[in-house]
Amino acid sequence: MEANFAALAEAAPRIWEGLGITLLLTLGGALLAIVIAVVLGLGARLNNVFLRGICRVFIEFFRGTSLVVQLFFFFFVLPQLGVDLPAMVCGILGLGLNYGAYCAEVVRGSINSVPTGQWEATTALSLSKAQRMRRIIFPQAWALMIPSLTNYLIHMLKGTAIVSFITLADLTFHTEQLRQDTNTFFAYGVSLVIYFVLAYILTLMMKGLEVQAKHKLGRGESLRDTLSLKAPDTAVAAEGGKG
Amino acid sequence: MPTITDPDTVPAPRPAASVPAIKFENVEKRFGDNVVLKDLNFEVARGDRVTLIGPSGSGKTTILRLVMTLEELSGGYIYIDGEPLTHEERDGKRVELGEKAQKQIRKRIGMVFQQFNLFPNMSVLENIIEAPVHVLGQSKEQATARAMELLESVGLPDKADAHPLELSGGQQQRVAIARALAMDPEILLLDEVTSALDPEIVGEVLGILRHIADTTDITMLIVTHEMQFARDVSNRVMMFDGGKVVEEATPEVMFTNPQHERTQSFLQAVLGNGEDQIGTR
Ligand SMILES: Nc1ncnc2c1ncn2[C@@H]1O[C@H](COP(=O)(O)OP(=O)(O)O)[C@@H](O)[C@H]1O
Ligand SMILES: [Mg+2]
Repeated sequence: MEANFAALAEAAPRIWEGLGITLLLTLGGALLAIVIAVVLGLGARLNNVFLRGICRVFIEFFRGTSLVVQLFFFFFVLPQLGVDLPAMVCGILGLGLNYGAYCAEVVRGSINSVPTGQWEATTALSLSKAQRMRRIIFPQAWALMIPSLTNYLIHMLKGTAIVSFITLADLTFHTEQLRQDTNTFFAYGVSLVIYFVLAYILTLMMKGLEVQAKHKLGRGESLRDTLSLKAPDTAVAAEGGKG
Repeated sequence: MPTITDPDTVPAPRPAASVPAIKFENVEKRFGDNVVLKDLNFEVARGDRVTLIGPSGSGKTTILRLVMTLEELSGGYIYIDGEPLTHEERDGKRVELGEKAQKQIRKRIGMVFQQFNLFPNMSVLENIIEAPVHVLGQSKEQATARAMELLESVGLPDKADAHPLELSGGQQQRVAIARALAMDPEILLLDEVTSALDPEIVGEVLGILRHIADTTDITMLIVTHEMQFARDVSNRVMMFDGGKVVEEATPEVMFTNPQHERTQSFLQAVLGNGEDQIGTR
């Protein structure tokens, strides 16, 4: 066992680097995914049949094809067509497009579940379509989307493990290396713990976003109250600072 | 009424009093195969307060929603101040107006909903100034000053920074009224605005609407079950049934001496047996 930990300590700098790659992929993929999700999610609601059609095809295509194949396509096929992208870009692109397509459905669904009365009130006040979406509907839909987006974010974190197929030395790659100096049980045990901690941190952060978004809609306490144990006076100070 | 001597020098003259604020012309509304309104014709004069009564499902809400452009017109025309609202006749054909043209007319119309529909992502004040700032282009200061006046007049001056969901139903509805008034509508549509409220709160909201009726010249189209309120506020009552106007009269006549058999039985059902309960309450 001691030998295992010695090997782990020795591998720590490499694992740390792999962790960096994994995080970069996750965050890069998540940012790209959310942009794609919002664009496609809104696009899939357009009146224009043509644009709506394009968005739908996009969504269905990237949901319907496997992430591994997409990564291989970006990394091995595109160069043959003269487009040579770095592995990291391929990874972020693949993750972002794939999860963006899934999340587009979340965005679209959340927007559609903002109560009809809210839409009608914007008509009664003569807001334009853009104002309606930006100022009234989307902010309310946002609170509805976060739980599902959190799910996909965790999926994506775990999904990054396949990028070692396209030469990226991520967390999984380095723990795999660790296995050669220790044993299968130990190396995968370390891997499980690290992924779990990462996923847990991401979940907590998203939970924070959700609490904040719900509080903005008048449901539930503020994030500050949730986090602090000596709530009352600090909370008042925070409210006062807002005005 | 202002007298306009030289139309060229007066910017955007208000239409003459003889032009109706609202005009329905051969209006038809279908939901699928369900014909809700057919060949409906009526006018509402400027400054009129018209109450629509009739059994549930007779199309009262649909009429208000058509005026607010919340429902698509299946046939016919609606005119606001003599101008087409959503469709017009061009070369004998019925054509839909563009969104821009529709919005110009829609801006003159406000609506208060049964369920208030305040925006939960904004404070009370933000709810009220949202459209004045972003639709009418008022400055934030200007809109805020007016909003505070309106909050004062609906009795909620200290709730500006409150969140809508912190308020009681009655308070939310008062904010919704203030929000509609902040757009300075020429026409105000009120669809059973007290139906979602506890009975003891209904009075405070009706009191505010009475005050608005007394102090402004806003044209009002009202759907309500509060017959006393209808009687106090409106100068005309229209009885609907089967998508048609069955009878129309002043509230005095309608509530004490209805002519049509359908009106008689409807009012009897709504008011109970005492014939002129309303007048003596
Ligand atoms: N969105 C809708 N889809 C289908 N039918 C509707 C819809 N809205 C109203 N209706 C129908 O139209 C008729 C009139 O409804 P409504 O205008 O709400 O009546 P009222 O307000 O007088 O009770 C009813 O038969 C109702 O079922
Ligand atoms: Mg109704």
